[in-house]
Amino acid sequence: MAIDLVVNGQRVSVAVEPTTPLLDVLRNHLDLKGTRYGCGLEQCGTCMVLIDGVPEYSCAREVGTVGGRAITTIEGLGTPDRPHPLQQAFIDEQAGQCGYCLSGIIVTAKALLDRNPSPSRTQIIEALDNHLCRCGTHTRIIAAVERAAKAGAPA
Amino acid sequence: MSDVVLPLSLQTNRRLDKWLRFQPDRTVRLAVGKVEIGQGVLIALSQIAAEELDVALDRIDILAGDTAEAPDEGSTSSSLSITVSGASVRLASAELRARVLGRLAQRLNCAPAELSVEDGVFLQNGNPTGHDYWSFSSAEDFAADITGTVAPKKPSSYRVVGKPVPRRDLLPKVTGAAFIHDIVRPDLLHARVVRQPSRSAVLTALDTAAIEKAAGAPIRFVRLANFVAIVGADETAVQRAAVAAPAHATWTGVPTLTPAMGEAGYFRGQPSDDRHIGDPVAPASGEVVSQTYSRPYVAHAALAPSCGLAEFRNGRLEVWSHTQGVYPLRNSVADILGLPREQVIVHHAHGAGCYGHNGADDAALDAAIIAQQIPGQCIRVQWRREEEFGFEPVSTAHMTKVSAVLDANRKPVDWTVEVWAGSHVQRPVFGGNMLAHEALPNPAPPPKANDPTEANGGGGTRNGIPLYDFPAKRVIHHLALETVVRTSSLRGLGALPNVYAIECFMDELAERAGVDPVAYRLSLLSDQRARRLIEDVAARCQWSKRGPAGTGRGLGLAWAQYKNRAAYACVAVELDVDYEVKLRRVWCAADAGLVINPDGARNQLDGGIIHAASMTLKEKVQIDGAGITSLDWDSYPIMRFSEVPEIDTVIMHNPDMPTLGMGEATFGPTAAAIGNAVAHALGVRIRDMPLTRERIAQALVR
Ligand code: FES
Ligand code: FES
Repeated sequence: MAIDLVVNGQRVSVAVEPTTPLLDVLRNHLDLKGTRYGCGLEQCGTCMVLIDGVPEYSCAREVGTVGGRAITTIEGLGTPDRPHPLQQAFIDEQAGQCGYCLSGIIVTAKALLDRNPSPSRTQIIEALDNHLCRCGTHTRIIAAVERAAKAGAPA
Repeated sequence: MSDVVLPLSLQTNRRLDKWLRFQPDRTVRLAVGKVEIGQGVLIALSQIAAEELDVALDRIDILAGDTAEAPDEGSTSSSLSITVSGASVRLASAELRARVLGRLAQRLNCAPAELSVEDGVFLQNGNPTGHDYWSFSSAEDFAADITGTVAPKKPSSYRVVGKPVPRRDLLPKVTGAAFIHDIVRPDLLHARVVRQPSRSAVLTALDTAAIEKAAGAPIRFVRLANFVAIVGADETAVQRAAVAAPAHATWTGVPTLTPAMGEAGYFRGQPSDDRHIGDPVAPASGEVVSQTYSRPYVAHAALAPSCGLAEFRNGRLEVWSHTQGVYPLRNSVADILGLPREQVIVHHAHGAGCYGHNGADDAALDAAIIAQQIPGQCIRVQWRREEEFGFEPVSTAHMTKVSAVLDANRKPVDWTVEVWAGSHVQRPVFGGNMLAHEALPNPAPPPKANDPTEANGGGGTRNGIPLYDFPAKRVIHHLALETVVRTSSLRGLGALPNVYAIECFMDELAERAGVDPVAYRLSLLSDQRARRLIEDVAARCQWSKRGPAGTGRGLGLAWAQYKNRAAYACVAVELDVDYEVKLRRVWCAADAGLVINPDGARNQLDGGIIHAASMTLKEKVQIDGAGITSLDWDSYPIMRFSEVPEIDTVIMHNPDMPTLGMGEATFGPTAAAIGNAVAHALGVRIRDMPLTRERIAQALVR
């Protein structure tokens, strides 16, 4: 059966069971690999996407529940040639070690800055607290979000 | 010249063309055996090559970890990449530059000293010669063995080395596909493994029909003795089948473990291989004090479960892996599958930060086994989260007892560290097994207990001998012959638990002597590099204004030189304890000699602080029944954004000293500084990690 989605502003139709995890649809059917598998349990945040502008885990989210809603993945922010100011801020701060956590974190940070263009450090930490980073890059990640906010990095 | 001692990587890869090549697009191909595991090593090695060749950094095109095209440099571990691989790249680049310039001098009939290189272009007395690396170098420049006799540049003339330089691999990682997990190949099939619960387990029944039903789309099985894989084109279906499978598989011979077997103390009284390193035991003459400290089994817990890809075509096996060592993996895979080693190629691909020997190699073997059974297709094995937690080799539980004989001034005159632990390294070349090998028709024999030699920094004994000026020091090592779960290397090996024990004990001795802990340390330490770090950190954290013990606010300090031969680090931690520990601030100073990329170094040092703090405060692998039961992030919590302290790290400027590896330098000192700060906050010492809410409550009622 076909499910209609709006992903990064594009209408797409995928032929999958409605119970298929959104993460699998993004990665395997739409070839959007920036949304990452970390646990499948809604515990780590590597699979974070925006659904109608709100950060949501995609690993356990059935695709049938998001038909017609606006989904934004990391690829919807910027590209290697034209990175989004948030992505650029992460490069400028060198806010990454292995980098596996970063795409989900940047997606959540995007929602935060859209909602609140100049968040306090505490608000940034609160917003990111559903995300794990095993490499211990936290302080640089916070600094990168602060830098993007200062640069006025809304959508 | 026979008296030149080449770095290890050059001894085994002598030819220049193994390392360097000029490419038609005016870039330089640098091939290395060390791989990126999140530590930023590739940019640092590129800086070294750019510096010695005098080309712009962005001309360096680095290829890392490839058995077809890059040199064999063993494993990427132990903070050795810059000291060994970096030294090799430096000598190779300097030698290539000298060879090419030597020929040019002959051609121009001038003295080599008249020639210089500006971004790859050759100048004579500052004027263009019309030649550059790309036009002038020839095959004969490369088809030679590296002699190591060309002197590299002096650090004072460095233009690229020592500068903070951004890494190149972060851009793809913040924009989209970048990892092994994202590789797409033609004829790709997804696979999951139904794991053998333990080495001895035997599969007696498998209800494939029930598993197929759970899949909901076509799947097939690959079964070889106790190895079972589920394979199919639809990853979602394969994953569903894998989740359902354990309920439809019956095993016998599964052990019954108890939580007590998962404690460090369990090693006492177990069969062990015992060694004595250091000064002979002398009869005690003075007050003898001792304390025992421990750390439980802990996991690497990489953020991404492991992944491996393999293709078997015409008798040739090609493998993609986020392994730490492509050559050791190639050898193991070839030997296990009965293939000639030359017929197996392993390419490195980026994974999540690994911090040691995790499931990466095992996932690659899984894929290779399946690929051999299904030739002509690319097999992609993605481990599940519970599989990574349940089956990766973990770091052994570790108990350290420290004893000192004190003189009249309550200073140690004799010092003994006694360690009980399982193997800290069990890579296949070290007597360990690859996971699936234990399930195959000709299973691997039981693993052999093993640890790195003292010459390689030791494992359980790592950092067991402190650098204080004690007249007599020794370490006694009880290497357990067996562990209840598979163990192997994790960042720092025994350094974290040993430095925790030693530096906590130093605070306890200072208290007993009625002396300030920093003053006590300095009175026993003549190593100038260490003293400088301690004094720097003590000044920045305002140690002299430290409050009394037992107020709930604590300040603690500790230091070590990693492996007693890599980088030095001193760490101070300020924290509050109110049921649980809340870290406030961390100060760190490190001395790593010549630092290639200060920004990358700081990232490593700070990452090590947070990683070690997480381990010290929160982490413990739960063991019960068949094996590990902490299989998700709820049962194996790690440090979160809201728990991370502010960190203030200073790297000492010391460019004339040799580069010292620093990936693991802050690990032990952070753990011990937290231990000391918690003791200062509570007025009571907790000696067993992790320092959880329960442990604090127990300590307070004692
Ligand atoms: S993969 Fe979705 S939260 Fe971990
Ligand atoms: S940078 Fe590796 S998990 Fe965050």
